Amino acid sequence: MTAVELEEVDKRFGEVHALDGIDLTIADGEFVSLIGPSGCGKSTLLRIIADLEQAGGGTVLVAGKSPQRARVDQEYGIAFQAAGLLEWRTVAENVELPLQVHGMGKAQRRARAAELLELVGLADFAASRPGQLSGGMQQRVAIARALAPSPRLLLMDEPFGALDEMTRERMQAELLRLARETGAAVLFVTHSIPEAAVLSDRVVVMSPRPGRITEVIGGCRPGGAVGDIDDVRESTAFFEAITAVRESLRKAHGS
Amino acid sequence: MTAPTDERHGRRPGSDGSAVRRNGWVAPVAFGVLVLLVWEGLVRLLGVPAFLLPAPTAIGAQIGSHLPVILETAAVTGGNALVGLVAGFLVGVLLALLASASRLVAELTTPVVLAGSAVPIVALAPVFTTMFGSTTEIPRRLVVTVVVIVPVFVSTVRGLRAVAPVHADLMTSLAATPAQFARFVRVPGAMPYIITGLRLAAPAAVIASIVAEYFGGLQNGLGSRITSAAANTAYARAWAFVAASIVLGLLFYLAGLLAERLATRGRTTT
Repeated sequence: MTAVELEEVDKRFGEVHALDGIDLTIADGEFVSLIGPSGCGKSTLLRIIADLEQAGGGTVLVAGKSPQRARVDQEYGIAFQAAGLLEWRTVAENVELPLQVHGMGKAQRRARAAELLELVGLADFAASRPGQLSGGMQQRVAIARALAPSPRLLLMDEPFGALDEMTRERMQAELLRLARETGAAVLFVTHSIPEAAVLSDRVVVMSPRPGRITEVIGGCRPGGAVGDIDDVRESTAFFEAITAVRESLRKAHGS
Repeated sequence: MTAPTDERHGRRPGSDGSAVRRNGWVAPVAFGVLVLLVWEGLVRLLGVPAFLLPAPTAIGAQIGSHLPVILETAAVTGGNALVGLVAGFLVGVLLALLASASRLVAELTTPVVLAGSAVPIVALAPVFTTMFGSTTEIPRRLVVTVVVIVPVFVSTVRGLRAVAPVHADLMTSLAATPAQFARFVRVPGAMPYIITGLRLAAPAAVIASIVAEYFGGLQNGLGSRITSAAANTAYARAWAFVAASIVLGLLFYLAGLLAERLATRGRTTT
């Protein structure tokens, strides 16, 4: 089964041709990054998959269903650039939100939230308010919330964009571990070339006006233990992937 | 993320700012005492007639000798203000919830409520007195209720509309129903706005409750005592009831402020 299947996806906002003929397939458990300059439609593409926008043309299948069906069935979890936590709820209650919306009993969601907070290393903060947490910790809560219904697809729209570099690298390692442990496929929108290279099985490079996929490049997602990511960051394969993505972006921009 | 930093900066321990804040009551109290002294001095020196302005000591003496009556009437007026405040608050919030849930209700209620803010509502007091009779508290409570509805409605509607786009996207992605959206995001997110509406309405409730008494009805509140004392040339006593009205208004204001502080405590935007 595939997590996402896009065929000839098209989207216009009035005069602006945001997306043009997008073909992309994401396998179950695969980590795919979308990278490109501002206005290339990468966020729009993610939002179409999330059923937050409607495609103008073409076919979109998420977990083999229409995006609307997939959204209702909670086939995906989503994390945005802003953590978007509800500040009047505790950290645990924020993680419970998707389960509460879908009518899971209180005891069950308590247990699931505790499990997820353990997973993202925030078990001690279950009763805290989001305002008491740092930006990186808030983003970890948002990821735990996205993972709460055990989705087979995780959609992430520049989730680490507002974090400092040190926090960002730690979060990347964390995300890879989570993706591996949950077996979820990840579609990851980013501006950062190294981030795309180190996390992904495949890096999808896009160009603007109209938004198109110009090239798909193999990334160097570490396979084994979590410590591997630091080795990858110093490996030749990593620098080759960065160079390939950078050249592809330059080509796309130059044309 | 800049707001908390600014706030922390402003409250840096040991800085001049925090010292001023901690002793913030000294200056106004000193000023108030000074005003009373000057007032007393001027009244004595210039021999100001009592109907123009009685001396603070004369007013104080009246407060002392009429304290039981003052407390009794203040309780009646305060009680009316409180009942009207609670009723108006509930109606205002309910109307705002309906208006935010349905476009039809919004189009029906919003102009009416906003037009209501332009009506001098205490002018309705005599009409209400005729409608409900002069032996019940209902007319005055009704005036307070109508006065309170407007600010509560306006700020609640504003709060219900102020949903962060990321929260709207989140709830859509979770396939939440409109009722769930209201329960989990809209209403709790609007709480600070709703409480601000209550804070604005609280002193207005006291004013409405007192002024409504000027237009007949039961003669057991502060407002009616002020008019009857003034009519009987007991000017210092009239001022004693005015002073009690001021204290009552301040009590409602401070209670509203406290409620607002509690409701917005521990909130920082993310």
